[in-house]
Amino acid sequence: MYAQMVKSTGKGLVAREDMSFEDRAFQDRIDAGEKIEPKDYMPDGYRRNLIRQIGQHAHSEIVGQLPEGNWITRAPTLERKANLLAKVQDEAGHGLYLYCAAETLGVSRDEMTEMLLDGRMKYSSIFNYPTLTWADMGAVGWLVDGAAIMNQVPLQRTSYGPYARAMVRICKEESFHQRQGFHIMMAMVNGTADQKRMAQDALNRFWYPALMMFGPSDKDSVHSAQSMAWRIKMNTNDELRQKFVDETVPQAEYLGLTIPDDDLQWNEDTGHYDFTEPDWAEFFEVISGNGPCNVDRLNARQKAWDDGAWVREAMVAHAEKKAARKQAAE
Amino acid sequence: MQPLFEFLLRQGDNALVLGHRTSEWCGLAPALEEDIALTNTALDLIGQTQLWLGYAAEVEDTGRSANDLAYLRDAYDFRNLLMLEVPNEDFGRTLMRQFLFDAFQVPWLTALQTSADPRVAEIAAKSLKEATYHLDRSAETVVALGDGTADSNARMQAALDYLWPYSGELFADDETDSAMADGSIAPLPSSLRPAWATTVEDTAKAACLKLPESDFAHSGGRTGARHTEHLGHMLAVMQVLQRSYPGAVW
Repeated sequence: MYAQMVKSTGKGLVAREDMSFEDRAFQDRIDAGEKIEPKDYMPDGYRRNLIRQIGQHAHSEIVGQLPEGNWITRAPTLERKANLLAKVQDEAGHGLYLYCAAETLGVSRDEMTEMLLDGRMKYSSIFNYPTLTWADMGAVGWLVDGAAIMNQVPLQRTSYGPYARAMVRICKEESFHQRQGFHIMMAMVNGTADQKRMAQDALNRFWYPALMMFGPSDKDSVHSAQSMAWRIKMNTNDELRQKFVDETVPQAEYLGLTIPDDDLQWNEDTGHYDFTEPDWAEFFEVISGNGPCNVDRLNARQKAWDDGAWVREAMVAHAEKKAARKQAAE
Repeated sequence: MQPLFEFLLRQGDNALVLGHRTSEWCGLAPALEEDIALTNTALDLIGQTQLWLGYAAEVEDTGRSANDLAYLRDAYDFRNLLMLEVPNEDFGRTLMRQFLFDAFQVPWLTALQTSADPRVAEIAAKSLKEATYHLDRSAETVVALGDGTADSNARMQAALDYLWPYSGELFADDETDSAMADGSIAPLPSSLRPAWATTVEDTAKAACLKLPESDFAHSGGRTGARHTEHLGHMLAVMQVLQRSYPGAVW
């Protein structure tokens, strides 16, 4: 899930009798499964929550380019290099769709970028972990994109039209990425002893961070209840995490890899795997800035933003000069 | 070395080295649209590499593959232009280099479409579509950044001044080129200089940039005789997995 811990700006779930006439009509439209479009009435809390959620998702795509971009120049074959380039390019494209969706809510891409860089907006904790071997390109595709899909497939039905439509395009590409990642893992586990070691090591390092992507248990969260009522959050974090574990364990078995959890086991009664929760203390450290790569990731984004300033300024200046010349000629 | 193999390595290595340099931008460009566009260019060039080096490997016929040629040769066996291996430095130099190369590639690939070697003609036809788009975009960007602000103009002028002494290598005919011309496989590169110069002069004018007067030209890339110091570092990164784990399948 690329949107974690999105704090609602409201005061929790508002009871129907406490809603204004407009808000009640708005909730009725959502309950009837209608899509909300940019010019439609929407409560301020809905708008602000969506900006945070879509913004966090967009930033995750952009920051998420970095750990995989880390291996583009070292990809082992021309085919792998092209596939990885295309994948990271898709992420830039996802960022673009999502920033556009957020712009329909009245916040510009530049404003959102500034908020990312000064820490007012977050991105997914997963991208604060390093990619250390080529097998990490497999593990990221398989586990990280796999976890993202769990969250994003239901979001295709989310109540806000531009977000739902962006998610339809994104999901198609994410499933492809997940298969690409699994394919890398297959090559690694069928390879040399060194490659198998890399594959197991990648799973060891990415398993718990992938589980953290869904966020902490939200059964008690009032924010989640409101987001679910607005249909901008479709499932609880725990439901999605369980679904991810249930789908991923057989895949790991197929690969001949061991999930780094001694207590992982199939539970006949529940029809699900029992598993060990990730270390939530680590999660809170990571989202508060103390992950292995937080500082480097933000510095890299800040540097790209600063280094590109002259280009953006020049493009605008040229467009203005061109328009002025055209006007003078008419 | 067979002249045709040598010729194909030059085409493939140009695409590979520029594709690799361009790929270094992925995730770090000045704006998302530029990031996506640069990655497109890199992808096109890596695709062209596969075609040229794939054919080179067939012509060589010693059992090496396109990947072997890309990942298991050392710097002195590379046949790319020096201009393409120097570091990106900044967005301005990256786009200026792309433009100087594209301005050559478009007439060059246009001519190769009528090569007596049908495989060369086929690869050229496919690559030309991409190169034409690359030239539109790089020329437009050079004009925008040259014309934009005083700062951007100075940066683009510095990029042009830096790259200019490397541009002459595009037209340095040698025995391989003569053999290709004799076999009607490719024209002499020097024959394309007027077309290239026209594009470059027109674009520089629109970009408010001054073409350097010196006609000094570095050489040694397309023959492999003397690369820059930069290529070895690039290959050390690019080839690390193939070199560290010989025989592994990825």
